[in-house]
Amino acid sequence: MFKLFGLHSIRLPHYDASAEQGTRKLKPPSVAVISMSQHIGAPCEPLVQAGDYVKVGEKIGDSEAFMSAPVHSSISGFVKEIKEVVALNGRMCKTVVIESDNRMQLSSEIKPPVVNSREDFIKAVRESGAVGLGGAGFPTHVKLAYDPQKVNIDTLIVNGAECEPYITSDFRELIENADAVLRGIKLIMKNLEIPRAIIGIEEDKPEAIEKLQKLTAPIPAIKVVKLPMAYPQGAEKVLVHTLTGRTVKEGGLPSDVGCVVINVSTAGFIHSYIRTGMPLIKRRITVDGNIVNAPTNFMVSVGTLLHDVVAGASLYKDPDKIILGGPMMGACAFDPDTPLSKTNNAVLLFSDTPIYKESPCIRCGRCVRACPMNLMPTELEHAYDARDAAALKKYKIGLCMNCGSCSYVCPAKRSLAEKNQLAKDFLRNEEAKAAAKPAAKSEKTDDKSEKADTKPTAKADKAGAKPAAKKSAKKGKRGGTNAKNDR
Amino acid sequence: MQKMIVEPSPHIRSSVTTRSIMLDVIIALCPALIAAVVLFGVRALLLTLICCACCVLFEWLFCIITKKSRTTSDRSAIVTGMLLAFNLPVDIPIYMAVIGCFVAIVIVKMLFGGIGQNFANPAVTARIVLMLSFSSAMTTWTAPFAYQGAAADAVTSATPLTAPPEQMPQLVDMLFGVRLGCTGETCVIALLIGGVYLVVRKIISPVTPCAFIGTVAVLSLVANGGDPTAMLYSVMSGGLMLGAIFMATDYSTTPLTSMGKLVFGIGCGVLTFAIREFASLPEGVSYAILLMNILTPYIDKITVPRAFGAKREAKK
Repeated sequence: MFKLFGLHSIRLPHYDASAEQGTRKLKPPSVAVISMSQHIGAPCEPLVQAGDYVKVGEKIGDSEAFMSAPVHSSISGFVKEIKEVVALNGRMCKTVVIESDNRMQLSSEIKPPVVNSREDFIKAVRESGAVGLGGAGFPTHVKLAYDPQKVNIDTLIVNGAECEPYITSDFRELIENADAVLRGIKLIMKNLEIPRAIIGIEEDKPEAIEKLQKLTAPIPAIKVVKLPMAYPQGAEKVLVHTLTGRTVKEGGLPSDVGCVVINVSTAGFIHSYIRTGMPLIKRRITVDGNIVNAPTNFMVSVGTLLHDVVAGASLYKDPDKIILGGPMMGACAFDPDTPLSKTNNAVLLFSDTPIYKESPCIRCGRCVRACPMNLMPTELEHAYDARDAAALKKYKIGLCMNCGSCSYVCPAKRSLAEKNQLAKDFLRNEEAKAAAKPAAKSEKTDDKSEKADTKPTAKADKAGAKPAAKKSAKKGKRGGTNAKNDR
Repeated sequence: MQKMIVEPSPHIRSSVTTRSIMLDVIIALCPALIAAVVLFGVRALLLTLICCACCVLFEWLFCIITKKSRTTSDRSAIVTGMLLAFNLPVDIPIYMAVIGCFVAIVIVKMLFGGIGQNFANPAVTARIVLMLSFSSAMTTWTAPFAYQGAAADAVTSATPLTAPPEQMPQLVDMLFGVRLGCTGETCVIALLIGGVYLVVRKIISPVTPCAFIGTVAVLSLVANGGDPTAMLYSVMSGGLMLGAIFMATDYSTTPLTSMGKLVFGIGCGVLTFAIREFASLPEGVSYAILLMNILTPYIDKITVPRAFGAKREAKK
């Protein structure tokens, strides 16, 4: 309706004190705790056992699943144990605990991959352990492994929006490593035969825009675009829409509209892997927050424990809240022994954080005007409070990406984004229940009709299935409920 | 390390709160209050203060009696009190004003669940209740500047809407509120200043007032054969400005989306015009708003915005 004005967005306060400082190195940890689940998708299985000696860059976890990326050791030393821990998302995951021998011996596996074809390239990207470094952690090779016969990708979108406050790790990548980023982009374009690339950088990073514009000036296929300062500009669907005007449909991926989106740091890493063969065992993180004396970026080994990072930062007070990621979408660490993963782009340390008290919704509609997906968070909240699955579906809960804009703008300080997350979970359970129920029911009605030889029930009629045989009835029922849902 | 706070994202929140919004509305109502004091004397201020105090007191007592957590600190009762006072003739007996406050806060607002839950605008409903209960007191106007002893005292029923043509005030007087009317509704310029303040502060969307006033303007232009003076009179008279800017934009009782606000505003405009033109009532703004308040849930239902990238629902 009001598409003319673009998508809804909000303005966030600006904190980028860490932007001016060069990236510092944090010394490799004495103990690395490496999670087997560092991406969206199937977790890896450990390839090592307690007592094994591992070297830097050695593969220690992998999975047969397509939607997965291998995990490598970031230090050399002996595997102390393999233990199950509660990850930030509340699920259990396996971690490999490695005690460093302080020698940082390089694995013999490390050598530049031979890339002669598109398949070689995708395989190399998979072996590198690359995942989206922007925060979501989508395995990179999955994005690249589309079928060129079926999907026509015409644009590589390189995400340098970095729209959350505090985080500057992508900005530092663009400043310190612009050449590698560009080479990474070229590698992807060349190997996947994508004709053009657009690098989107938010307008609050003029230095980075200027630098990239200068570097890409002689390359007509690569364009640098200044993005308006708006949250959530870096969200995949929003970015695709801003840069190409294309709309990724509900449940779809950017590849449906001819785009592949990768983060600038991911592009930089892909270049360095193809050149050196060193897998993803380090990444840049921003350390900032209201108790940090000198906000800066650190190069950190994957698996470094949070308290090692906290110890490396200069603080004037003990933190009472540690956020992994940005202030809008990041998760609170509940344990100082949480290890950093490939997807952590920031560690934010706070003290005296304000506690917000919820008050009743006043129906001001700010959440409705803030939602980039054009949803109605307040209606979603009502629907969830009433546990109304149909209403949740009607108001398209599935499109919520948990950007937090609704909670941010709410004057009553209601936790709308949190409710949306709970609602998604609720709906998933309800749907699983609904999928299981008709099958059970139809079996029952079948038994009855066989015994008493009664008419087919009204419900079965509605579903348009004749309960002749048990199996076909089951199928018909399922088909029936699906058809209902589609309507 | 000490105990850590763990909470879901987002970890930062905007500085806008319910309290700050209500303060902005109070500020936006101040020009009209000042105008009312200039036009109708200190009695206007007194009436407003009494209404505010009563509204806050009733809400506070209600919370105590029903053992609910106290909500008076959100300042919304003050806004209701001000709006109600603005909707009453300045010389109305105080006890009637107190009854109005009781109706607005206890019956219309708190009994339906308090802030954000009421489906009807408290001030509008209270005005209608008083209008029906005390018709003569509610239509006994005091002439502007009467407190200075300049003109005769109370005049019964002769707002510009019903006055014979020779008694109509000048358009300039209408703009500055030198006419018969309720305490806070006469000074168009002061109300507009408040409205612009609210739009600039992004407290209200300009859609509702523009649609409301615009509809009334267009309809009266058509009804009067394109006479712009008649149109200006109908736009500036009665409680239209006050209603369109401050009461048709009440959050709780009006639609959420821009499309819904547009429908709401146009609906209010049509109803106001119809009541003024065809009904036996002199003024229709409050009835129009109340009727549209009742339709709000339905308007909300039919104006759900299409989500970004949402698949179109298959037609049944």
